Amino acid sequence: MYKNFAEVKSALASGRRVVDILEDYLKRIESKKQLNAFLEVFSESARQRAKEVDAKIADGTAGRLAGMIIGIKDNICYKNHKVSASSKILENFESLYTATALQRLIDEDAVIIGRLNCDEFAMGSSNENSAFGNVLNPLNEDCVPGGSSGGSAAAVAANLCTVALGSDTGGSIRQPASFTGTYGIKPTYGRISRYGLIAYASSFDQIGAFANDLEDTALVTEIMAGADEMDSTSSREEVTDYTPVLPAGKLKIAYIKECLEIGVNAHIKEAFLKLIEELKADGHEVTEVSFPYLDYMVPMYYVLTTAEASSNLSRFDGVHYGYRSPNAQGTEETYKKSRSEGFGAEVKRRIMTGTFVLSHGYYDAYYSKAQKVRRVLQEKTNEILAQADFIISPASPNVAFKRGAISEPIEMYLQDIYTVHANLTGHPAIAIPHGQKIDGLPFAVQLMGKFFKEKELFDYSKLLEKYIQ
Amino acid sequence: MEISDSLVDHIANLAKLEFNDSEKEAIRQDMSKIVNFMSKLNEIDTENVEPLMFMSHDINVLREDIPAVTITKEEALKNAPKKDSDYFRIPKVLQGK
Repeated sequence: MYKNFAEVKSALASGRRVVDILEDYLKRIESKKQLNAFLEVFSESARQRAKEVDAKIADGTAGRLAGMIIGIKDNICYKNHKVSASSKILENFESLYTATALQRLIDEDAVIIGRLNCDEFAMGSSNENSAFGNVLNPLNEDCVPGGSSGGSAAAVAANLCTVALGSDTGGSIRQPASFTGTYGIKPTYGRISRYGLIAYASSFDQIGAFANDLEDTALVTEIMAGADEMDSTSSREEVTDYTPVLPAGKLKIAYIKECLEIGVNAHIKEAFLKLIEELKADGHEVTEVSFPYLDYMVPMYYVLTTAEASSNLSRFDGVHYGYRSPNAQGTEETYKKSRSEGFGAEVKRRIMTGTFVLSHGYYDAYYSKAQKVRRVLQEKTNEILAQADFIISPASPNVAFKRGAISEPIEMYLQDIYTVHANLTGHPAIAIPHGQKIDGLPFAVQLMGKFFKEKELFDYSKLLEKYIQ
Repeated sequence: MEISDSLVDHIANLAKLEFNDSEKEAIRQDMSKIVNFMSKLNEIDTENVEPLMFMSHDINVLREDIPAVTITKEEALKNAPKKDSDYFRIPKVLQGK
């Protein structure tokens, strides 16, 4: 099976057509159905598109992604295709337009093969919150693939598509990438348009890519990046070429001492410290910094994201679209019963918490306070990044855990302890798989860079690969 | 802080959600734990710190105000659970004839 776009392109060069490559992927998806990665395979529209791309290849007008087969997280809109955010409340909803990020990939002749399972409204760290069943980790089917973009991670790890799109609000790309041995990037806030991404927490959400190598991750990011008039929070900062990815020179990196003082897997910690020593030995500048904010990141994240979620999810009212309770009479009951029957437990927990922190009497103590702490965190992080090019850490404190192993909400929330930082401050961050495995399960190193320095992030990742793979 | 039953009722009403008795007890306990977890932020001194509200780096993103149809009426009604040719429909408000 094709592991990356380079293998797809060599198949094309040897005479296979895009329609053939698509059929290979469709067969592969069928053979891996038990993973539950795909909620729907767009066989018909994908076959049609593949034919069109073959025609373009024949007249020499094909785009840069001709032959690439892409799966999309079930919270990214694709016109006239269903999108449900893995929620019963949006079951059978059909998109009226295509997300800008996705459209840019289609314009370069990528074929969109289907929509991928995730935690309901992207809320979760194990893909156990989907209304349509959990996703299995292809490396060990008793384990979770991580979340919330668990289907995207599993699909790329199992070669069910060349690249997958996910979204990352607090680690929802990087943590599942770590759990499945794939690459995953959360770009700088505003680097990729959010138009057509079903909103969870608007000041945190970013679309990003999963792939099996850096080149594909960089290529897709490069094409999706850039200003969009449909999203005023998308940045007008110029997009440089991210490809080809070339190993950078000397690293100047910092790591946060406190990150290794929490309950991190002993093997992950050991591998991380070994990497630090090797980098130092090769003359890279590695600085240990003390950053006493680690324990505040996850609480801060939950105040702010639940608040934004409670506001964003107020649009699901049982009237304009989505599920309506058959038991409701009148408007008030329509709202309450449709929402209560349509949303799952974790989504309701977050809406309730978010409504609380925004409510009269608690707003200043929780919401406003968290916004102030967010500024402190951003300023302190910029101070570190003024001295170093990157902050390095593990991507997750653990390898993939068994299904059902974590039932306490707060324990689950703490799975994101290393990843929420970049969403709270807006910086770009990438998960790079470590070559080692722990009982057959992978883990990743995370690099967090300066605003809009995605190019540097990819190039330094390439250099880092030499040490960890 | 301890979240009371009546506070859960008040928040649920604001959020347009409803819970039966056992669900309510579960959400009350979860919220108490989560809110206590969040209270950790009080340990950080934020005297004279302005809240960080906007994450984008661009200021005043403006465009010409050009009218355009981005979604037609048919499209807007396409996913409605109940509709007629012009309107979203909700279940009857008044009972009886």
